[in-house]
Amino acid sequence: MNPSIGLKLRAYFARHAQVLVGSLGRLVQQPVASLMTMAVIAIALALPLCLQVFLENAREATGRWSESFDLSVYLHRNAGGARADSIAKELRRRADVAVVRVVTAEQALAEFRAYSGFGAALDALKDNPLPITLVVTPSLAASTPDGTVALKRALAAVSDVESVQVDTDWIKRLQAMLDVLRNLVLLSGVLLGLGVMLVIGNTIRLDVANRRGEIEVMKLVGGTDSFARRPFLYSGIWYGLGGGLLALVVVAVATAVLARPVARLAALYGSNFRLEGLSLPLAATVLLTAALLGWAGAWFASTRHIRAIEPS
Amino acid sequence: MIRFDSVHKRYANGREALAGVSFQIENGEMTFLTGHSGAGKSSILKLIALIERPTRGQVLVNRQNTAGIGRGGIAHFRRQIGVVFQDHKLLHDRPVADNVALPLIIAGVPKREIDKRVRAALDQVGLLGKERSRPLELSTGEQQRVGIARAVVAKPPLLIADEPTGNLDPDLALEIMRLFKRFNDVGVTVVIATHDVHLIEQVGGRRIVLGEGRMIG
Repeated sequence: MNPSIGLKLRAYFARHAQVLVGSLGRLVQQPVASLMTMAVIAIALALPLCLQVFLENAREATGRWSESFDLSVYLHRNAGGARADSIAKELRRRADVAVVRVVTAEQALAEFRAYSGFGAALDALKDNPLPITLVVTPSLAASTPDGTVALKRALAAVSDVESVQVDTDWIKRLQAMLDVLRNLVLLSGVLLGLGVMLVIGNTIRLDVANRRGEIEVMKLVGGTDSFARRPFLYSGIWYGLGGGLLALVVVAVATAVLARPVARLAALYGSNFRLEGLSLPLAATVLLTAALLGWAGAWFASTRHIRAIEPS
Repeated sequence: MIRFDSVHKRYANGREALAGVSFQIENGEMTFLTGHSGAGKSSILKLIALIERPTRGQVLVNRQNTAGIGRGGIAHFRRQIGVVFQDHKLLHDRPVADNVALPLIIAGVPKREIDKRVRAALDQVGLLGKERSRPLELSTGEQQRVGIARAVVAKPPLLIADEPTGNLDPDLALEIMRLFKRFNDVGVTVVIATHDVHLIEQVGGRRIVLGEGRMIG
């Protein structure tokens, strides 16, 4: 390489590094103002992020549930307890069945009485209208939609089985809801990302106005617009990075605060589900996106306003 | 070489600053623009530095017609001109060395070379040792010399100054003028706008006298 070009390149990168550090120094000199700007950015970023964390956790939780639909197998009224036990024993031998639980008519009635609130009405009945129920949990391998359907058909063919029920509707509804939520996250992410760009743009606009004299002098001694713009672009990147970092802190605090109540809620449902925070790749994406938004906001604002400054 | 061909300049507020001015300044000349305030001295310098553009007529600087220089070319055009202002236009939050280094940083000169040339420029104006001072810690005369160091540090072939001695007492003013003369002695073309006729007589050089936007001598 031509040595003078090499030297110039080195001078160019050294200059960039200097501006990078210099613009950070300028932010540090006004800690309160800089932090306020970063806090606004952080709040704007934290909202879609929290939604995203919620979404991922919800997907994780429902994913586990949908893997283990229990099938309710209702026996004929005239099938007795002995028959129920023998069917249960037979079913347990099947490869696509993991667990079979026998719910006797008495147990079913007691449960119904406890949860339905029809206790008094049930007392009026002469005998128990409820059948014996076998609650069948499919094996892991059979826990696919197709596997569940096949198992349901097989169970219905067993003698003394009245009917088989799988309640998948609520899972479908939940997943549709999560779908809506996912679109909401995307939409709010785009809108708030634009907001972040505007906030940074506005801050940079004020910075440019405050340093008008300096920009004039730069232009007078032959500085190009892009030379004058450079420190502002780096400021934008710092604002974005700072805001992104704060947003990650906000999300981390929010997940920490929610972890205990969520675990308690899950325990009530007999689940050992744990709230997961941001994954490392997502956190890295957030920082990168925030820096990019900062750069873009600064670019638009500084290009426009530096162009308008002419020495007189 | 600078050439003005029947140049008119009318500002947006309607004031006619120049009404048909023609002259030529050769390379290596030392020229003074004089006249009362409002005679058009500053307008001529602004047209040379492309801070303003003529309403009519042509301005040529270093054989280049300034009308042909677009917005994007102005920055590079200005790098061949050193400009000194009456109010110095220094950056008060930076030390003297950084102020003087600005044109070199803009031109992408390597750091080690910058340090060397900044020291040389400060030496030429008699301010060696003041590198780390802030402009406001210096006297007005010293601040003006920092402005001159900044104007010459990139070794431009043309140096222009607008009332560079306007705020200085006579002794300091003469000292500053002699400084310009020294740069002219080594081949730099110098154009200075000043109303101080007495000072011009002491230093010597060509005079272009303006009155109400026209040349009257």
